[in-house]
Amino acid sequence: MEIITLLIFISLLIAVGFLIVFLWNMKSGQYDDTFSPSVRMLFDDKPKVFKENDAPIADELERERAEIAQADDEKNNGKSVL
Amino acid sequence: MLNKKTENTGVITDLQCYHCGQPCEETLWFEEKPFCCYGCKTVFEILQTNDLCEYYSLDSRTGISVGNVTDESFTYLDEPEIRKKVLTFDSENFARVSFTIPAIHCISCIWLLENLQRIQQGVLRSEVNFARKTATIDFDPGAVKLSGVAGLLASLGYAPKITLDSDEVHKPPSDRSLVFKLSIAGFCFGNIMLFSFPEYLGIDHQDSYLMRLFSWLNMALSLPVFFYSAVDYFRSASKSFKQKQINIDVPIAAGLLALFLRSVYDIITSTGPGYLDSFAGLVFFLLIGRWFQSKTYESLSFDRDFKSYFPLAVQKKVDKLWKSVVIYELVVGDVIRIRNMEIIPADCTLLDERAFIDYSFVTGESKPVKAKRGDSVYAGGRLIGEPVTFRVEKRTSQSHLTSLWNNDAFRKVTDNRYQKIIDRAARNFTWIVLGIAVVTAIYWQITQPSQMWLVLTSVLMVACPCALALAAPFTYGNMLRVFGRNHFYLKNAEVIERLASIDAIVFDKTGTVTHGRKPDVWFFGSLSLEDLRSIKLLTSASTHPLSEAVTNSIEEVAAENVIDFKELPGRGIEGIVGGKFYRVGSAEFTGSVHRERDASCVFVSIDNELKGYFSIRVAVRKNIKGMLERLGKKCFALLSGDNESDRTTMASLFSPSVTLLFNQSPHDKLDYIRALQQQAGKVMMVGDGLNDSGALKQSDVGIAVTDSTGVFTPSCDGILYGEKINSLDVFIYLAKSSLTILKTAFVISFLYNAIALGFAVTGNLTPLVAAILMPLSSISVVAFASFAVNFIAHKKLGQWK
Repeated sequence: MEIITLLIFISLLIAVGFLIVFLWNMKSGQYDDTFSPSVRMLFDDKPKVFKENDAPIADELERERAEIAQADDEKNNGKSVL
Repeated sequence: MLNKKTENTGVITDLQCYHCGQPCEETLWFEEKPFCCYGCKTVFEILQTNDLCEYYSLDSRTGISVGNVTDESFTYLDEPEIRKKVLTFDSENFARVSFTIPAIHCISCIWLLENLQRIQQGVLRSEVNFARKTATIDFDPGAVKLSGVAGLLASLGYAPKITLDSDEVHKPPSDRSLVFKLSIAGFCFGNIMLFSFPEYLGIDHQDSYLMRLFSWLNMALSLPVFFYSAVDYFRSASKSFKQKQINIDVPIAAGLLALFLRSVYDIITSTGPGYLDSFAGLVFFLLIGRWFQSKTYESLSFDRDFKSYFPLAVQKKVDKLWKSVVIYELVVGDVIRIRNMEIIPADCTLLDERAFIDYSFVTGESKPVKAKRGDSVYAGGRLIGEPVTFRVEKRTSQSHLTSLWNNDAFRKVTDNRYQKIIDRAARNFTWIVLGIAVVTAIYWQITQPSQMWLVLTSVLMVACPCALALAAPFTYGNMLRVFGRNHFYLKNAEVIERLASIDAIVFDKTGTVTHGRKPDVWFFGSLSLEDLRSIKLLTSASTHPLSEAVTNSIEEVAAENVIDFKELPGRGIEGIVGGKFYRVGSAEFTGSVHRERDASCVFVSIDNELKGYFSIRVAVRKNIKGMLERLGKKCFALLSGDNESDRTTMASLFSPSVTLLFNQSPHDKLDYIRALQQQAGKVMMVGDGLNDSGALKQSDVGIAVTDSTGVFTPSCDGILYGEKINSLDVFIYLAKSSLTILKTAFVISFLYNAIALGFAVTGNLTPLVAAILMPLSSISVVAFASFAVNFIAHKKLGQWK
């Protein structure tokens, strides 16, 4: 019969754990805005095309682009291709 | 509406702006997509270059029309002091700011605002809170300035609202402690129920060891309920004892105390399992009621004063240079510069030749007032046209308008509040219960002294007016939601009760009875379609409000080209369109001698020949007359800050018994309401502008009328959409009905209490009976209140949940 006592305490402990998690979530403001998170998760992340987030690559590409543009400029006698 | 327009005129207007969805007047084409203005086109370009065109596929309503983006400068935000006020966190390479952005309205807004880092280098992260209409933006101050972030938002059509009380944004959201209390009570209630079940289902005597264990567990679980969740009821009860006023919390606290102590006694002495499940359940239900009633509209603010209306900073002349300073720091004698559409922050005198000032936020009247050099200008006006300089005459806090907030009405402490109907009921209830308890105690003391305490606690336990306490939150809470669905937002549930007891109603004129911003425009004379289009082109280039009214009234597409366009301040506009010389403006300017009383006129001449005039009158809101008639005698007075020019129109609208007062200053309005309260009783004020603030505050129920929630509404008890003002009488009727519903719910809960008392006085209140009766009474009262409110609202407003 002692086993049921043990089980009851374990179950209660788990339940208290969940209560604490809930209170913690509440406190950290997770339930303050119930609308935007629900749509936020549906926004697709597009495959990144050299964006600021990828600073080193972006810098490199930028440099490359500048070089190409310069070369083009020289070819076209200063006429902008843009 | 758009299609109808097309049919009427036969002109193609069904082109909709690709960005904002509004009909295009002068279409701009870009990438084969139509745009209504440069602003919208710019936003599209920004989005396109940043690969963010997904914006348009998210929501059909998409963009906000930005108009032709004004060169609204946010450079003042970079002043160290202002910066400190606005930022929530600041370090060398990380800063955080929260902006209130009233324009947030759909999914696309969230998406765009949360992708700011893809548009602007230096922005690290942004997060939108949709309910509060705020965006929290993290950025690197080394890479982008605060003014740059604000400017970026403005260029996308999401101009942040930065005002004197911007600190408000940083306040934590509504108090969470109620939810904490509720969740802990719910948790404990559920577990206590589980441990109580074996007892009710008849556990074997062999397992008495388990019974003891469960009882002790229940007691442990009930401790947080007693000491944390229910603590508000004990506090409130002891407070009302001290004030010698019995409120509903007194019998509740007595009941809870009796339940808890009796249960603890039973468990410790092993005489029974106690009533802890009923106790925890009671607290849980009571807190649910509170929570349900505390529904708030987070994006609306009911406590705004002039601070949320004035800008944060203004340009001040310091050593021949213009420098942005915080408005608090302005002192008498400072020279300040105000630009087009900016608010004048203090009482000033004009230093330049002339200026047009729109006092619509102050008085509700949108017709601008002309000021000459040396004229006094009051704080709160909005400058229209060229930038001008002013000399400050009074500090912001002492100006003509803001001195209203020094009135006693604003210091009114909430002590002498209206005595709530629930507390009146509770007082009678408490005395009856006490009487019964004493009689029962005496009877048992004589017949069976050993049982006396048990029976006495039973009586107090079941007398606990849980159902009674739930009736009000659910009746009012439901009514609050019904009102909210009909664009009538109340500050809290208590307002419903006050609304029901209103004796007299006072209206403001401009912006309340009439449309502040959309006047009626008629043309007298004859003009060809082509002429109308030309005039539209001319007037659309002018920022003068009368020009704006004329522009909006012409439903044609504006003409394309104008030569020699000139705007002559104070006179009118002229230009050559399609080879004809047009003049639009005042009578003298166009060579007319005609005058019309109680309306503004804009005259038109073509090739110096007078063609007629536009008559611009204040438009009365739709169906308001019917509403006023239904209100009957309750409608008491009309207070207007304007002159008497509209007296005849108003007299035809209101019944002859209504007092019509004009030329009322904000202070006059406040005093009138105060006098009326002495004379007629409970007064409701319906107004809109800052000039009504005093009257709204002084009145028993102050309702602010608005045409969009984004704009300023003064401190009030409720916010009503302009288009719904014709249902005001229905709202009052519904408020009264909710009192009837509440009283019926009281009767139901009294019946349950009577039954339970029957069990208690005879000494038959077992834990099982208590566990069934208490929730049953609560649930039936809640069900009745919710159903009745929604039923009657459906009948009156034609809307079902």
